[in-house]
Formats: sequence, C-alpha cells, structure tokens
Amino acid sequence: MSTKVGERALPAGRARRPSASQPESQKNRGVRAGNRQQGIATPWLFLAPYLLLFGSFVVLPAVLGVWISLHSWDYTLPNKPFVGLDNYAALFSPGSTVSGPFWGSMRATAIFTVLSVPLLLIVPLAVALLMSKKFPGRDFLRAIYFAPYVLGVAVISVLWRYLLDNNIGLVNHYLGLLGLPDDTAWTTTTPAAWVALVGVTVWWTLGFNAVIYLAGLQDIPVELYEAARVDGAGPWMQFLHVTIPGLRPILSFITIITLLASANMFGQSYLMTQGGPGRETRTAIYQIADTGLRNFQMGSAAAMSYVLTVFLMAISAFVFYIFREKQPRKLEKEVRS
Amino acid sequence: MKQKDFLGRRAITATALGAAFMLVLAGCSAGETGQTVSAPFTGEYTGPEVELSYWNGFTGGDGPFMETMVSEFNAEHDNIKVVSNTMQWVDFYQRLPAAVTAGEGPDVGVMHLDQLATNAARNVIVPIDDLAEELGLTSDDFTEEVWDAGVYKDARYGIPLDVHSLAMYYNTEHFAAAGITEAPTDAASFQDALDKLQAAGFETPFWMPTRWPSHLMNLSLLWQNGGEPYGDDGATFDSAAGVEALEWQRSMVDDGYSPSDVAIDSQYVAFKNGETSITWDGIWQINDLAQSGLPYAVAPIPTIGETDAVWANSHNFFLPRQSTADQNKVDASKVFIAWMSEQSAEWAGSGMIPARQSVRDAGALEGLPQEVIAGTIDSMRFLPPIPGIGGVQAETLEIAVADGVQGATTPSEALKKAADSATQLMDDNKASFGG
Repeated sequence: MSTKVGERALPAGRARRPSASQPESQKNRGVRAGNRQQGIATPWLFLAPYLLLFGSFVVLPAVLGVWISLHSWDYTLPNKPFVGLDNYAALFSPGSTVSGPFWGSMRATAIFTVLSVPLLLIVPLAVALLMSKKFPGRDFLRAIYFAPYVLGVAVISVLWRYLLDNNIGLVNHYLGLLGLPDDTAWTTTTPAAWVALVGVTVWWTLGFNAVIYLAGLQDIPVELYEAARVDGAGPWMQFLHVTIPGLRPILSFITIITLLASANMFGQSYLMTQGGPGRETRTAIYQIADTGLRNFQMGSAAAMSYVLTVFLMAISAFVFYIFREKQPRKLEKEVRS
Repeated sequence: MKQKDFLGRRAITATALGAAFMLVLAGCSAGETGQTVSAPFTGEYTGPEVELSYWNGFTGGDGPFMETMVSEFNAEHDNIKVVSNTMQWVDFYQRLPAAVTAGEGPDVGVMHLDQLATNAARNVIVPIDDLAEELGLTSDDFTEEVWDAGVYKDARYGIPLDVHSLAMYYNTEHFAAAGITEAPTDAASFQDALDKLQAAGFETPFWMPTRWPSHLMNLSLLWQNGGEPYGDDGATFDSAAGVEALEWQRSMVDDGYSPSDVAIDSQYVAFKNGETSITWDGIWQINDLAQSGLPYAVAPIPTIGETDAVWANSHNFFLPRQSTADQNKVDASKVFIAWMSEQSAEWAGSGMIPARQSVRDAGALEGLPQEVIAGTIDSMRFLPPIPGIGGVQAETLEIAVADGVQGATTPSEALKKAADSATQLMDDNKASFGG
C-alpha cells in the first residue's frame, strides 16, 4: 500500500506547481538566504531518512540486480555460477528457451501500452472537463468516476473475468439481448482479450488521471478564459488556446506515469486471461515474475528487468523531450504578468 | 493487494527494479546450509511444550477437514500445539523455498508428490527414512508408484497421506433425461452418451477446458494411449499418443460437444449451474459439489484409449530444512506426521483416497462418493520424480494443450514445439541440479 499513498501524494504536489511555483519561490528566496548560515550537514540531515530508504530499496537492489543478472542465480541452490553476459545473450538469441517468451511478452506490453495510453489520456480529460462544470450532483459523479480506482486489481480482475466470460458471463448475455454478437471470447482469444484488458484498465484507472486533470483545470486562471472570450474565442478555441496550454505541464506528468503504469501491467492479464490465449497477453512484468519467482531463474529474470528498464528509460526520455520542446514557459509567464 | 504493487504508478527508477528488489530479498540469506541431523525417531514426544508451524495448501473443500484433524491432534497432545498456515498451492511452492532459504520455514508441511524431487534437489526438505521405518511403513501398504515417487537419490522425502486423481462428474438429471443408465466407460459409450445428451436438448454436454485441468486430461489420455510424457532424454509428450490425446480433446470442440474457447474455471461453473452435463475434474471437488446441491454422480474417467489410466497425484508430509536445528520440534513434527498417517481414514471425508492400503481395507471409503474411484487406484499414473518438472510443465505442456484445444495451432505442431522447449529446460535443470 505504501506505493499507493506516494502515488496520490505526488500528483497533488506537482499539479499545484505550475501556477503556484512563482510566488512560492519568491517567498523561499528570503528563507534560503537565512539558511546559508547553517552547517553543511543540515540539508543532508533533512534528506537522511529519504536517502536511507532510497539507498536501501532502490539503489542497492538496482546494483545487486545487475550482479544477479550476471549469474545463473537460483537462490535455493548453493552454487550460483557466474555466467557473464549469458543471460542477456540468451534473451537476444532466437533459439533459446527464454527469448521467445520474453520478446512475446515485450510485444504484449507494447500492444497494451499503445492501446491504453491514448485512451487513458483522452477519456479522463473529457471526464475532467465535464466534472469541472457546475451542475447538481457533480460531487457525487466525481466520486463515482473515481470509485473503481479504490478497488484492488484482484477485485476488478476477478469481477470482470466472470462478467466477460464468453460462455457464462453477463456481458455476452446482455449483448445477445440487444441483438449484438454474443459469442465474443473476451478473455480467451485475441484481439478481443486486448479490448477487454484495455477496457477494464481504462474503467479502473481513469478516475485517477481525471482527478489530476481536474486539479490542473482548477489552476487555470479564470481571467484567461474571460480574456479569450473578450477576444471572441468560442468554446473550442478556448479549449485549444487556454485549456490545453494551461494543462501542458500536467499532461507531461500524466503521460509519463500512464506510460509506466501501462508498461508495468501485470495483475489484469494474470487474473483475467492467465496470459492466454497461449502466451499472447503475458506482459513483460508477468514473464519476469514467472521466470524469477516461480521458476527460480533469478539471473534470467534480472536480465529481463534490465532490458525492460532500458526500454522504459528511452521512452520516458523521449516523452520528456517532446514536452520540453513545446513548452512555452516564457510565453505563459508573460501572459500571466 | 500484492499485485497492485506491480501496477503501481512508480517513478522510473523503481519501474523494473521492483523485480530486482524482490530478487534481493530472496537472495539475502541464501548462505546457510545447516542440515537437520535427525536422531532416531522414538514415536513419542515427551519434551517441553512446543508450537509447530504447519504449512499446507488445503484451500478447497479439503480445508475444513484438515482443520478438524489438527484440532483433534492438539486436543490429544498436551505438549504439542500445531498451528496451520493454509495458502493456495501456487503460492505455497513459491513461498516455501523462499521461507526455508531465509531460515523462516515451517516445522512441518504437506506438498504434492510431483514436487518432492524438486524441493529435495533444492535442499528445501530433508530425508525422513527413519520416520518411515519407525512407522513401519513399507511399499506393501502403498501403490508402488506413490511410494517410489517419494524417493530422490536413494533417500525418502515424503510420507504419502492420500492419492487423488481426475474423475468424471456427471449431472444425474441430465443423464436420466437422456435415457443414459450407466456412466460411460470407454470411447464408444462416451460418444454415445454425448449424442444422447445432445438429442435430449443438452446442446453442449461436455465443455472442454483450455486451462486447468485440461493438461491433466491430456496426460490421462496420453497414458491411456500407451505414451509417457517424460523420458530419460527429455519430454516425450509430443509422441503419437500425446498428439492423439490432444486431437481427441480438440474434436470435442470441433464436433460441437463443447463451446470453443472455454475460459479458466468456466467449465466447472457451468457444470455446477447445470449448463453442461459432464466434466472431468479432481476428486477434491466432491465436497464442493455435494454442498452445491447439484444432482451429480462421480465415476472413473472413461478409457478413451487402449488401457485404463488416469492422472493422479498425492499429498505427502515432509520436514523442511531448518537453519537452526531444534530437536524437540523435529521430534514433535514426526509425532504429528505419524498421527496423521494413522488417522488418514478420517481424511477420506475430504474427498481424497487414503494412501495406505490398510486404511482403505479397513473400510475408510465405505459409502463415500470417491469409493468408485479408489477401485481404479492401480491405473493411476503419477508424474516421474524429476526435479523441476512442475515448472517445466507449466511453461510448455499446459500452454500447448491450451493452444491445441483452442485450435490456434494444430495439436501436433503445438506439442512438438512445447516438447522441444521442455527438453531444453529439462537439460538446463539437470545441469543446475547436478543430474
């Protein structure tokens, strides 16, 4: 659960930053000047608790993981022979027992990410725009949209596994009543399984992204909209030239976390499709967990983790680059002052 | 909630390192190799009060029975308190090696026969030959295959509690409506029953699962066809016997007796709901079906191939390796195992078949639904004691059977590919386990 608290705390802080940062930083300047007289150790002492956690749970495992990936590492066996880069080589040689399943799982991860991220960026924005209007029952509806996110992945997956079952599920039953095709195998064939996995994930997590968007929307000064209206901008033009630029910093944040969350998808396919049909919906994290924790091939699993990490870092860097490039910070400041 | 952590929206650094972190946790205390040196077992425990942690995976209809037996044991033994820790078998086999390696393992536990060799090779469990001797347990009292499978490298690692096999369940109302008076026993009568059921309006009388227990059906049929899934040189489940087995499974879908793409567990749910008439599942489901109030009966699976054969497994008691040997706990654990083995008649109430011939002969199964299955105990077939076989099978045969039943690939192609991969994995295992 600890990660989840962190997840929620983070966006709220970030979300406030774009508009609030300026006055705060001015305020801080005075304080910081006073701090200069303090000892060198002071900042480190303040950082110590976090550094300790960061060091022991992120840096150390990361380094040890590299070490493990260079061995044939089964923790139950006394000897863990050093194999150099063999684990990595096996991943990249087509004939080996690990490369097929691994690249299949990377492909599955890519498919899921490509399908889910755009939806998780657009649908929550639409919801947030709706929810930022004033109308009766708004708070209730906001809660409804957020509600699924409160549920655990086990709950939503088992729930939907039965609802979507092609033979005994309610979804097909109702589709049949509506005269639509009622024999789609939602959890046992592709591409229907992808529709199911992406659909369930969007349903489950859209509330989270919507809340961040909502916070971002509330930070866009009303005057900007007024000014735009005075200049004769309609709703669409307002959205395009006020809302979107106002949301840009948040958009980069949401894009990154949604990308990473989608690339780390595990529970839905583990519980809803068991990675099936065959291995088709088995994601990279699924494959890594299976290799390392069920089949005890920690070395190979660690190597897979690093290959995945490299991919994710490259993608994240690319996203940062895109948003950096287009971010008209200066312009925004000018408008505001 | 555990899975949620996998999905957590983390910062990039934590992304794939989560997995690495778990590896570290697991690797932390891999150093110890303290082997329990067993003193001769005396059959009684007279030492100070001890508390035994007892791990098992009886989460189904068998769970309450085990709990009752544990309470009875505790009531009878003042100085031993057994505390059971029940978890899903899948988690069990993942956690046990981790816990034992970290020195946090249980004092005693139960695992499946086909996992004994794996865990013996991993040094997770210790030999208990002396216990078998003291209990006077010999091969005479057990089916040969069950008894021999508990031996790895000339040492005994498991005391069999029960055997449990695949069985055929059928809806008696459906059978009556279709005019079928006897449970089918071979390919022809099974086919006949399916046709009669269809004629009586039960459109899909036999749902063919794609996942669990489809590979158990496949193994049963392979053995019936005279094949062996694993040989000395690797996997042989792609033999003609295996291909024929999978082709028959697929034909149930092609011939319209089963809907296509049956999702996990839904064939069983459908059976409980009266949507299908026949299903093959383990005898451990007996209590669950009895409770559901469904009009059902159980029979041995029909012999589709040439010889009678059915997949079976067995629950075995074991002693885990301890980092610090506490002789009192070891002795108390042995008393517990001995007591359980002697009381295995009561365990029959869980739907299982007691492993001991003497217990069965004494009438432990009289009037119980699985009595008919116990009659076929000589045709029960077990996976060979090859270390790591469970993991290999999950990654290869299970997926090939799923692909074959779904019709994604032809049975022969799916099995061939999986068997090649299984042979490679078995070679790797041989290397890491030292033969």
